[in-house]
Amino acid sequence: MAMMQDKLAHSRAPAASPLYDPKVRGVFYQVLTIIGLVAFFYVIYSNTVDNLRRANISSGFGFLQGRAGFDLGQSLIEYSSDHSYLRALEVGFINTLLVAFVGIVLATVIGLIIGIGRLSSNWLIAKLCTVYVEVFRNIPPLLVIFFWYVGVINVLPQVRASIELPLDVFLNNRGVFFPKPIFGDGFLFVVLAFMVAVVLSVMHMRWVSARQMATGKRFPVLPVVLALVIILPLIAFVLEGRPLSFDVPTAGKFNLTGGGTIGPEFMSLLLALSFYTASFIAEIVRAGIRGVAHGQSEAAHALGVRPGLATRLIVLPQALRIIIPPLTSQYLNLIKNSSLAVAIGYADLVAVGGTILNQTGHSIEIVAIWMVVYVTISLLTSLFMNWFNAKMALVER
Amino acid sequence: MADTFNTPSLFVRGKMLGPERAPLQTTGVVGWLRRNLFGSVTDAILTAFGIIILALLVPPIVEWLFVNAVWLGNDRSVCATLGQGGIQPDEWSGACWAYVGAYFKQFMFGTYPIDLRWRPTLVGILFVALLTPLLIPRVPHKGWNALALFVVFPIVAAVLLLGGVFGLEHVETASWGGLMVTLIISFVGIGVSLPLGILLALGRRSQMPVIKMLCIAFIELIRGVPLITVLFMASVMLPLFLPAGWTVDKLLRALVGVSIFASAYMAEVIRGGLQAVPKGQYEGADSLGLSYWQKMRLAGMPQAIKLVIPGIVNTFIGMFKDTSLVSIISMYDLLGNVRKSFSDPTWASPVTPMTGLVFAGFVFWLFCFGMSRYSSFVERRLDTGHKR
Repeated sequence: MAMMQDKLAHSRAPAASPLYDPKVRGVFYQVLTIIGLVAFFYVIYSNTVDNLRRANISSGFGFLQGRAGFDLGQSLIEYSSDHSYLRALEVGFINTLLVAFVGIVLATVIGLIIGIGRLSSNWLIAKLCTVYVEVFRNIPPLLVIFFWYVGVINVLPQVRASIELPLDVFLNNRGVFFPKPIFGDGFLFVVLAFMVAVVLSVMHMRWVSARQMATGKRFPVLPVVLALVIILPLIAFVLEGRPLSFDVPTAGKFNLTGGGTIGPEFMSLLLALSFYTASFIAEIVRAGIRGVAHGQSEAAHALGVRPGLATRLIVLPQALRIIIPPLTSQYLNLIKNSSLAVAIGYADLVAVGGTILNQTGHSIEIVAIWMVVYVTISLLTSLFMNWFNAKMALVER
Repeated sequence: MADTFNTPSLFVRGKMLGPERAPLQTTGVVGWLRRNLFGSVTDAILTAFGIIILALLVPPIVEWLFVNAVWLGNDRSVCATLGQGGIQPDEWSGACWAYVGAYFKQFMFGTYPIDLRWRPTLVGILFVALLTPLLIPRVPHKGWNALALFVVFPIVAAVLLLGGVFGLEHVETASWGGLMVTLIISFVGIGVSLPLGILLALGRRSQMPVIKMLCIAFIELIRGVPLITVLFMASVMLPLFLPAGWTVDKLLRALVGVSIFASAYMAEVIRGGLQAVPKGQYEGADSLGLSYWQKMRLAGMPQAIKLVIPGIVNTFIGMFKDTSLVSIISMYDLLGNVRKSFSDPTWASPVTPMTGLVFAGFVFWLFCFGMSRYSSFVERRLDTGHKR
């Protein structure tokens, strides 16, 4: 037995030199990479420490507690120049989230309309939508922002000649002035009533679809939901003695006082981001709808499903599967493009950070904050969209 | 037998019917209108809506761009109203093309010394001369052509633009500007991001965990942040990373930023192509005994690149548009130059900013639209019918 094993061991082909073993080579290359990387970072680190000492800049995030000393054009939370740098960054962060969120909603709506319009059998509408897409897709977003900014400032009148819109809304080259709602004590109940209405609506929708599954009979959804969502809060509102008043803007000598304001920076950034991104979303929507096999809608018609229902129940769910992944990356692009706010002075995270960077010279910390915040927002957005995508994806047996 | 045909039958009509009304016209102008614009009531309403939009948008735009526009003049007075100290009637508004004409050379070359501008012009001519045959599929010797464009041309261009050797006067990059800088940044960005993107994509699919993790971290980090932060990083942090006394040229910093950013996106596009190549192709290469690099060079890459040409061109277009961001870190590319000219008192008037932006927008649009058209042309040509 032992002899045979001996023989076998001898008759085996001579082992290749470890030089040619892929595993050994892999380990070697990886170790080399790590050594190179460590050396690279060490050189950078020592250079940076050296340079910072020379420039007399302390490192660390302690500077964030210092007094900011600059004003910001727009803030949703309380802020003045006496607040800290950290507070200023928070304001910028909230402003970024605000413009990104509203921009995503607006871009999706415009993109959906334009994308469906391009598929219209109406020649004029299809051509108009094509022109829209080809124009906005091929211009840098930064330029679109300037277009709106310069356009908005140029076209709108001075404060004294403000355009008066209904409901006490004023429009001039300093932005849109609108009555600011002031919520009274009992308003919480109105909000609660609204939440209850939403919960009831969801339950109603579940019941309707369960009934349809069981009996095949449909029950109206939209009227019931609308009635719930409008009437319940309204009842609470009246019962609580109408706890809501408005701070109406009034024309002063040089400026409008009171009320809420949406500055021209926010307006032009929002319009530019949504118009630019909408041109890409339109193309995605078009590709998604065209990607659904024609036989699907034909089969629906053959079964006697009405055109509206066929679109809603058969074409759209399948198109969404094609649409969602590229749509996610467009949303991410919009969020990242919102950083172009710095060009027109809208106080977003990058603009505020840039100001702090210029004042304090803490470039490494600021850039690190930017990166962490944007990567986190991007990751959260793609996590949410992946979850949504998994929900919509085809469940195969 | 023949009789049966002649005998009148109950089932055969004896009398001729009157002529039917002619069917609705489906050809010619009327037919086209009916089919495409007034097919149904909804269609007619949509058409009316479209016509209203056109009527609201087109006349003012045409009027502003062409009818009311000022084509000739020497200073701001031709483009300003009486109230603004000019010669135009009050309430006038129109494009000020005279200002674009006066600034045209600066929009192209920035502040490049005037008597040396033949050098960037020559570089531009060389570029077009080398690029055109590369783009036309029928022209032979693509390999030599690509070599000339991507290896020889950059050296010649750098020598010509920078000067300092062969008796050419040295020109600081600080005085470069305009469309020239936009094109240089895009060209370098494309030239660097393609090979770097290929390497990153291969690294991300590598079997070696360390290299794989590094590539994933790099790609996802760069793709997760806006370009403007990468540019800020390149412009304020790069000098910190270098030993004291070393300075990096401002243009070079922008080039580094744009190239890093573009290569992360390029890597993802190419990875998509590599994943779409059937596994059997790689296995076939393995069974032929090809090494890793041979396998990728001969089997993987040619098929992957062909699959993702539209994606690559889209990345190029995106990068070309993104070069406009360097104007935020005070580089004077085309958009930066246009914005800088707004503050020139000789031409400052309420209409100059809009005119300048329209001009810049048109130039950008022309390049991007051209690229996307070329991309769809290549896509159709390369479509060898393997698609399902």
